[in-house]
Amino acid sequence: MGRKLLLEHINVPGINTFQVYKEKGGYRAVEKALKTMSSDDVVEEVKKSGLRGRGGAGFPTGMKWSFLAKPEGVPRYLVCNADESEPGTFKDRYLMTHIPHALIEGMIVGSYALGANTSYIYVRGEMMPQIRILEKAIAEAKAAGYLGKNILGSGYDLEIYVQPGGGAYICGEETALLESLEGKRGNPRIKPPFPAIAGLYGCPTVVNNVESIAATVPIVNEGGEEYAKIGIGRSTGTKLISASGNINKPGVYEIELGLSVEDFIYSDEYCGGIANGKRLKAVVAGGSSVPILPANLILNLANGDKRLMSYESLSEGGFATGTMLGSGGFVVLDEDQCIVRNTWNFSRFYHHESCGQCSPCREGTGWMEKVLHRIEYGHGKMSDIDLLVDVSKKIEGNTICPLGDAAAWPVASAIRHFRDEFEWHVKEPKLALERNYGLARYADPIEIAEEA
Amino acid sequence: MLRVEEVQAVEFSSALISKFDEIVSRYPEGRSKSALLPILHEVQAVYGWLSSAAMDKVAEYLNIQPIEVYEVATFYTMFFLKPQGKYVLEVCRTGPCCLVGAEKIMDYIGEKLGVKEGEVTADGLFSYRGVECLAACGYAPVLQIGPEYTFYENLTPESVDQLIEDLKDK
Repeated sequence: MGRKLLLEHINVPGINTFQVYKEKGGYRAVEKALKTMSSDDVVEEVKKSGLRGRGGAGFPTGMKWSFLAKPEGVPRYLVCNADESEPGTFKDRYLMTHIPHALIEGMIVGSYALGANTSYIYVRGEMMPQIRILEKAIAEAKAAGYLGKNILGSGYDLEIYVQPGGGAYICGEETALLESLEGKRGNPRIKPPFPAIAGLYGCPTVVNNVESIAATVPIVNEGGEEYAKIGIGRSTGTKLISASGNINKPGVYEIELGLSVEDFIYSDEYCGGIANGKRLKAVVAGGSSVPILPANLILNLANGDKRLMSYESLSEGGFATGTMLGSGGFVVLDEDQCIVRNTWNFSRFYHHESCGQCSPCREGTGWMEKVLHRIEYGHGKMSDIDLLVDVSKKIEGNTICPLGDAAAWPVASAIRHFRDEFEWHVKEPKLALERNYGLARYADPIEIAEEA
Repeated sequence: MLRVEEVQAVEFSSALISKFDEIVSRYPEGRSKSALLPILHEVQAVYGWLSSAAMDKVAEYLNIQPIEVYEVATFYTMFFLKPQGKYVLEVCRTGPCCLVGAEKIMDYIGEKLGVKEGEVTADGLFSYRGVECLAACGYAPVLQIGPEYTFYENLTPESVDQLIEDLKDK
């Protein structure tokens, strides 16, 4: 059993209430930080922990905090990104539903560290039940003196508000989120300036994912160095993985980074293997944006070693043979799934969610969706496959925000690793409408190049 | 039935206005436009959709131009710009849900209700539409129903039948 830092008490009845959460050791981090630490001490512990942003980008949280500008007389803000909408990702919903106080406690610790007196939790609008849960948790914490004026007699004041989004994936991008929080369309801003200098209302702002903020609680409690002992290499601590698709036990799992991918998929503690006795065909390991890998490359590195659930191991081999940990949205496809159809579906998603600001993304995502649609429905041409690669390359890196890259990578990687399946759709359009391509050679052992 | 009559005249109740006031108090002085999305959610929860008259009223309340409300209402997919069924079944149609049968469930709902996506049933009770990832991939297939966005998970044709019957009896 791996260590659980966030979900340790998930099965305790009433853990969603302040009282039970506190009985189980909750709000110790607030007491410790406000009574015994300076705000810089807290930032220092988070730096030492090696915690990396859990929303997808993996940027060190402590570093992000230390970049915050602190001009005199200007308010600073901590904004929690709870706009969870990356396909395959549902860990933040889980955490907010079951242990809302873990987020509230983290928000207090984080706001104190950054010197923010007003903080916002931007929750995607569809999570109305979670918004109610958080509002109740905030009210409970406030009634107990952990929010409001002069918290625990420390002289520190803090209010936390919950802001609903309106159903737009793009608002998970931090500057689009800030625009939305200001009551505008979610169009990402041109950077620089970064939010650390000019964020919400033009003031210095840190935007952190739900899980990153919650993870600061055990970091403050046990110390950054202790936290950094968990995990492997630069992938410290635990990570929530959202597991979905064709597995026996879909759900949210907290893992110690460094677990093997094979154990995660097949052990009973986690996914419990592929559902209905089928065989594994492919995995999207970190949310829909990251490159899809065939069974053989997700389980093993190109040199034959086991691939691990860590930032480094998942990205080993670059995009040629690797992928990314991303948000931890782990989507498993069995042998009956069609890669072309899945890629088309993801492309439609990105086309739908493009904010339309940058033409490569606005137009390119639509092109990719249409071309993939015609391949899937038996009207594709062989030249369409290279056309898709060409369009994806022209989107990648040419947009204000990473949505363009996020749209390009799934298409480029699907063709990179499953080109024969795309070609089969073009060559056998009637057959492709009747049945799927199947497992083919995607689970065969990798041919390891002999060292010279 | 359809609430088209409200296009002509919209008067927010005092209860709704005090809710707006509470929302505005969450932001710093001079930043009341931040209240726009939460306020639009409140308005839609009452009227079922956002008529231009309602949006104009919101603009008036926040002291901003009507276009500032329209551009937001048209950007975010949760806001309805025309009348809907009393219950809008919003079915997730993104990748992970489709791996476990979301497309079939959506077809089944269409057949069961006897309407196309986006249309309202003759009794005014139901409409349905496909929506993008709802961040509930582990419980797929899923659908949600506003204004409280209650979730229905691990859908089967039988559970859809039951849900529709329950809503009819409500």
